[in-house]
Amino acid sequence: MHPDQHTHAHEADEVPHTHPEPGVDPHLPLPDAPRALRIGIGGPVGSGKTALVAALCRALGDELRLAVVTNDIYTTEDADFLKRNGVLPVERIRAVETGCCPHTAIRDDISANLDAVEDLEDALGPLDLVLVESGGDNLTATFSKGLIDQQIFVVDVAGGDKVPRKGGPGVTTADLLVINKTDLAPLVSADLSVMDRDAKARRGELPTVFLSLVEDRAATPVADWIRSLVAARVPAAR
Amino acid sequence: MKAFARVAAESDGRGGTRLAELRGESPLLPRRTGAHRVHLVGGAAGPLRGDELRLEIAVGPGATLEVLSVAAQLALPGRSHLPASRYEISASVAEGGELRWLPEPLIAAAGCDHVTVTHVDVADGGHLLWRDDLVCGRHGEDPGDVRTETTVRYAGRTLYRHDLAVGPAAPGWSGAAVLGGGRALGTVVMTTEDGPAVLGGDAVLMPLAGPGMVGIAVGADIRQVRAALDPLCAARVAVATPAG
Amino acid sequence: MSLATLLLLADGRLPSGGHAHSGGLEAQVSAGRVGDLDGLAGFLRGKLATSGLVAAAFAAAACHRTLGTSPPAHLARATPPAHPPRATPQPAHPARGDQTPPLYFVPDISDLDQGLDARTPSPALRKASRAQGRALLRAGRAMWAIPEIGREPHQPVALGVLARAAGLGPLEAAVAAAHGTVTGSASAGVRLLGLDPYAVHGLLARLAPDCDRVAASAAARAGDPVDELPAAGAPLLDIGAELHATWEVRLFAS
Repeated sequence: MHPDQHTHAHEADEVPHTHPEPGVDPHLPLPDAPRALRIGIGGPVGSGKTALVAALCRALGDELRLAVVTNDIYTTEDADFLKRNGVLPVERIRAVETGCCPHTAIRDDISANLDAVEDLEDALGPLDLVLVESGGDNLTATFSKGLIDQQIFVVDVAGGDKVPRKGGPGVTTADLLVINKTDLAPLVSADLSVMDRDAKARRGELPTVFLSLVEDRAATPVADWIRSLVAARVPAAR
Repeated sequence: MKAFARVAAESDGRGGTRLAELRGESPLLPRRTGAHRVHLVGGAAGPLRGDELRLEIAVGPGATLEVLSVAAQLALPGRSHLPASRYEISASVAEGGELRWLPEPLIAAAGCDHVTVTHVDVADGGHLLWRDDLVCGRHGEDPGDVRTETTVRYAGRTLYRHDLAVGPAAPGWSGAAVLGGGRALGTVVMTTEDGPAVLGGDAVLMPLAGPGMVGIAVGADIRQVRAALDPLCAARVAVATPAG
Repeated sequence: MSLATLLLLADGRLPSGGHAHSGGLEAQVSAGRVGDLDGLAGFLRGKLATSGLVAAAFAAAACHRTLGTSPPAHLARATPPAHPPRATPQPAHPARGDQTPPLYFVPDISDLDQGLDARTPSPALRKASRAQGRALLRAGRAMWAIPEIGREPHQPVALGVLARAAGLGPLEAAVAAAHGTVTGSASAGVRLLGLDPYAVHGLLARLAPDCDRVAASAAARAGDPVDELPAAGAPLLDIGAELHATWEVRLFAS
C-alpha cells in the first residue's frame, strides 16, 4: 500500500471504494496444475449412485488421480461404504454433512463441498478427477455449475419406465443420463426401448447410457464418457 | 464484610514444599492440613451482598499446593440495597510448581447476588488442576443470581476463558443450551493433555485449543457432577478428606 | 451504512455453509431437552445470551479492528510506490500472480481467533466455527474486497471482517452475528422437529429486540482487550457438541 493512501480513519458508514474485479475467481487460489475435472453424480434415492461411484473408482483409480466427495442425508454413510469396500484409499474420500437438505449442499450453498474439494487437492496434490456424489434426493436435484463441470444423473429401471418421460431438471439437463439396473427390467416389466425413446425426446443431443453393474462391474460406458472428458480437457497434463 | 487471604507455597529445597505465607481473616481462613495442603475454613455464613473477599495463591518453582475447603460456600441474599457479593481469586503457578484447587461447591441460594472472579496464571512448565462446582439453589429452591468469570492463562496466553450466569437475571440459563434444567455444574481445568472422552450422560472431557483440557459435567444434582468429575481429580489427589 | 447490505450479510440464503449446522440444537433434541416450541425458545434465549453475545462481541471486535487502520510505518516504507497516490484501489483478493497489496491494512487479528478458541472448550464446536468462518470468507470474497485474514478464522471473526469490507460498522456486524445465532438453530428446529414455521418465526420476532440488545452491548465493548470481551459459556452446547460428534448417524454437521 502506498503511504499516501488510507492513512485516515475509516468512518463506519464509509463504503469501501472498491469492488471485486469482475471475473476474479472468488474461491481460494487454485494450484498451478490444471484443477481437477469435477463431475457431479446425482439421482433419486436407491438409484445406485454409490455403487456407480464405487465402480468408477475401480475402473479409473489406477489411470487417473482421483478423489471422491460424498453428500449424505445421514452423516457419512456413503463415504463409509466406499471406504469399507476399499475402492479408493481412505484419504481420497471426503464426506460432507448436509443438514437435512442434500440438494442445498450441491446447489444453493456449495461451500462445504468446495471446501472438501480444496482439502482433497491440498492433501493429495493435483488431481485429474473429483467425483461429487449427491445425497439421494428427487428428480429436481441438480448440481450448481459453481461446484461441478459436468453432471451425471442416475435413474434406475426399478423406479418405473416412466421416469425419463416425467423429466425434471436431472433427467432433462444432466450431461449424461444413466439408466441403471437394466438387469432388473424383466422383473419390473420396464420397457427399455420406451425409456430410451423418452430420454431422447427429453434430452435431445445429450447422451444416455444403459447400465447394469451386475453385468458390467467397471461401468464401462460411464467410465469411457469420463475418460473422453478428461482427455479432451487436459491433454497437456496426461 | 471484607476479607483478604493469601497462601504462598515454596519449594523447601529438599523436594518438599513449605508454606511461606498463610494468612487470612474471617470468613476466609486458610489452615494448613497436610504437608502441602491447605483447607479454607469458613468463619461465617456467606458471602452476602456487599461482601468483598479476596484470595491470593502463589505456588513457587518446584512447590506443590493443594487447596480445599471444609464446607460449601453458600451465597445468600443480604441487604437488597448492597452491591453483589464478590469473591476474587487470583492464583499463580511458577515453572515446575503444581496447584490443585478442589474446594467444595458454591451454592447459589434463592435471592443471592454473587460474583466469583477467578484469574489463574500458570507459567510454562507449571501444573494446574482447577475444579469449580456450582449448585443452583438449596434443595427444592430456585437459585439467586450467580456469575462466575474464569480466566486461566498458561505460558502467557489465555488457555481458558469462561463466564457463566445463572439465576433470574440470566436469560435462558435453565434452557437447553446452558443447563437444560440441570441444577449442578462442575468444571475442571487441567494442564494435562489427552484425547476427548465422554465421562457420563452430560459430562465430557475436552482438549482445549492450548495445552490443557477441561472436564465439564451438568447434573440434576451435585452427586451426578461428582460421579463424573471426581475420578479425574482423584487420580491426582492423595487424600482429599478434611483434617480434624 | 447500507441497510440492504446488512440484510444481504445476515440473509440465511447467503451460501456460507450455515444450512448444514444446527447450532447445537440436534444434540439437545436427541437428548430430549427440546421437543416443542417452548423448548426451542428456552434453547434460543440461552444461546443468544451466551454464544450469541460472544459471537456478536467478536464480530464487532473484528470489524472494529479493521476500521481506521493504516499500515505501521515500517510496512508503509517497505512498500514500493507501485501506483500513483490516487490510484484506483486494488482488489483485496487479486488475480493469481498479482502481487498488488490488499485494499487496506488489516492488523493481526489472530488474537481474536485465539480468544474464541479459549472460549470454546469443545473441539467439535471450534471445528464447526472455523469451517463456517472459511465458508463465510468464500462467500464474502465473491461479494466484497476481503483482505487476507487466514484460511479458517472463526465464524464471528470472518463475519466482522466481511461487515467492514461491506462498509458496515461494529454494531451491524454484531446484529448480524446475534441474528445468525438464533435463526440458524431455529431453522434447524423446523427441519428436525417439524415445528410450525409460523410459530417459529413468531418466536424469532419476539427475540429480535433481545438480539438488538445483545448486539448493542457487544458493540459497546468492541475495543476491549480480548480477555475482557464477553465470554459467556453454555455448558450444554459444549457437552452436546462433543456427544454429537461421536454419533454414527446425524443430520447436521454440528
